[in-house]
Amino acid sequence: MVARAEDVIPQRSALWAFITRWLLTTNHKDIGTLYLWLSFTLFFTAGAMAMAMRLELFEPGLQFIEPLFYNQMLTMHGLLMVFGVVMPGFVGLANWQIPLMIGAPDMALPRLNNFSFWILPFAFGLLISSLFMDGGAPNFGWTFYAPLSTTYGPPSTDFFILGVHMMGISSVLGAINIIVTIFNLRTPSMKLMDMPLFVWTWLITAFLLIMVMPVLAGAVTMMLTDRHFGTSFFSAAGGGDPLMFQHIFWFFGHPEVYILILPGFGIASQIIPTFARKKLFGYHSMVYATAAIAGLSFVVWGHHMFATGMPLATELFFMYATMLIAVPTGVKVFNWVATMWRGSMTFETPMLFAIGFVILFTIGGFSGLMLALVPADFQYHDTMFVVAHFHYVLYPGAIFGTMAAVYYWIPKWTGHMYDERLGKIHFWMAVIAVNLTFFPMHFTGLAGMPRRIVDYSLQFADFNMVSSIGAGILGLSQVLFLYIVVKTIRGGEKATTQVWEGADGLEWTVPSPAPRHTFETPPEFPPVMNRDADERTPVSTT
Amino acid sequence: MNDTRNNQRKHVIVLSVLAVGMLGFAYALVPLYDVFCELTGINGKTSGRAVDPTTVSEVLLKPSDREVTIQFLAQVGNGMPWEFRPTEHRLKVRLGEINTTNYYARNRAAQAVTGQAVPSVTPGYAAKHLHKVECFCFTQQRLEAGEDLYMPVKFYIDDDLPAELHTLSLSYTLFKVQVPKGIPETLSSVQEASSGGTLASNQK
Repeated sequence: MVARAEDVIPQRSALWAFITRWLLTTNHKDIGTLYLWLSFTLFFTAGAMAMAMRLELFEPGLQFIEPLFYNQMLTMHGLLMVFGVVMPGFVGLANWQIPLMIGAPDMALPRLNNFSFWILPFAFGLLISSLFMDGGAPNFGWTFYAPLSTTYGPPSTDFFILGVHMMGISSVLGAINIIVTIFNLRTPSMKLMDMPLFVWTWLITAFLLIMVMPVLAGAVTMMLTDRHFGTSFFSAAGGGDPLMFQHIFWFFGHPEVYILILPGFGIASQIIPTFARKKLFGYHSMVYATAAIAGLSFVVWGHHMFATGMPLATELFFMYATMLIAVPTGVKVFNWVATMWRGSMTFETPMLFAIGFVILFTIGGFSGLMLALVPADFQYHDTMFVVAHFHYVLYPGAIFGTMAAVYYWIPKWTGHMYDERLGKIHFWMAVIAVNLTFFPMHFTGLAGMPRRIVDYSLQFADFNMVSSIGAGILGLSQVLFLYIVVKTIRGGEKATTQVWEGADGLEWTVPSPAPRHTFETPPEFPPVMNRDADERTPVSTT
Repeated sequence: MNDTRNNQRKHVIVLSVLAVGMLGFAYALVPLYDVFCELTGINGKTSGRAVDPTTVSEVLLKPSDREVTIQFLAQVGNGMPWEFRPTEHRLKVRLGEINTTNYYARNRAAQAVTGQAVPSVTPGYAAKHLHKVECFCFTQQRLEAGEDLYMPVKFYIDDDLPAELHTLSLSYTLFKVQVPKGIPETLSSVQEASSGGTLASNQK
């Protein structure tokens, strides 16, 4: 008995040490890793839901899932991808990279950082648990329009509301932390206009988060009181207005879609100069364009509501404001292309994903412009064309952006190079499958196939089959990504300090893998790059 | 270092206030929305207050030669067991002239029900030119089981109505006034509505 007790105690304490290490950690690198794994887990969860939908849509008619279950999959897929995959993924990258890129020892508010992360598993636990409740999970789409979500929502809607509150609190706290870190912990010689673009885009994103997540919290609180406490914010019977829900929701929702893409812009702006071996073209215009996009995002929400019977003047205003966003976005695309122009380009996996991002995101931007046109929008509204549009901006934008960032920085995180051959296979699988999945949706949408419906007319059968095959390949390509990431963590070619020949920035001056604590004293800026080369061939200073 | 700490605290406070302020802004959007819609009249909501014709200037109330057609529509909300319809479907009216029409309501349920009508004007921007001297929508109506009622609307359309308008619609949706209840009770009210309906037709 005594011997057994001795066996048990050390085992338990090792487990305990593991749990407390991750549960109580205040280290920005640990928390970044936690965020990224949460995002990755939910990516497969929400991806599996997409697979269920594409399976059902493989052929017309009902074969595999019930319409009600389809609606639940649709809603949960959207909610999880937006709030559980893209946002935590970017926050994870911010946690890892922002302190490393601005020469800070850690985030400014490390305990708050821990708290912001650990809210999330519970928030998503609540949300996913609603699938197993009586009446099923929320089934009203991720936009949860009233009165579908208030009067007609399933009982589990209340769990959804609490979940949204929790992830909102987490996002706002995370955003406050990021802003305070950027303003206070930069290495002294780094001015605001010296900051890497990833840091800049995240700074602007954090402001967007602080300004719109509370509006979302307000909207779901109104829903809650409408459902249970006798208010009628969104109920016409009590003097409220269901249409007002859409205004409040999209006042949050449109800045939200820029929250989902701006850090991706930052990532592309880090990666493209590295592999083009040139400085980023038009650094200042990049910063101002990002700020302009963020500012404009507050005055365009009405373009989601053209078909609600708005007066002509309002429609015109929202149409012009929306088309105005194309200008700063165009500036950014132009700058990325100009950065590559006559560069000594090489095409490692992060660069491939970054170029895929630029091209496919631009296609998504163009279909966005088509949707911005009021007369045309009446045809496109609520069709698969809209689905094609936002998947073209979100998949190659947010998801490819995150993947590019992972390939770019994973040597710094793990100390190992990833498998370049597998990385390239992953990219080509993903980029072909994305187009195979989402491009046909443009055609079915223009021909009138409505979105969010479990069945469709026979004439859409071929395009839907192509989409479903593409979705299957896309899903498989992400399993390959998981394998590549795990393989890189477990071993691989040793990464150098600078990792990439053209890399520039403070994060490439710390050893690979990055030690647990970095920049305990503020580093010099700008850093001296190509140290490895300098060590091999000392350059005379005369 | 102390400086950084102080700065940090300041930034955290400012940003937290911003976040809480935006939550307040979300709630402020509710009255702002109503004010905006009332000022611009873009939502088709007519004013919730009666106009006293004695206080309106003579000029506005002077009947003009211009005639427009006004259509009357009626709907009932979900679970509302009343019969509800306009007595006239359309009316040619002169601008500035006070007109009266009636809506008919009958409670088909087996118990008393209170209703509230919510008006809407199409096109929306005509709403601010439609003035109601008297309207059943200003108050709630309570009808005993099987009781019926003619409910008047007294209104005039002012002379500033945009020239391109020849026809406008005034629509009322009648909702059942109820304290919010759980799903089972909503279901029971539907059942009660349908059973009330049969009851009423039996009486016929």
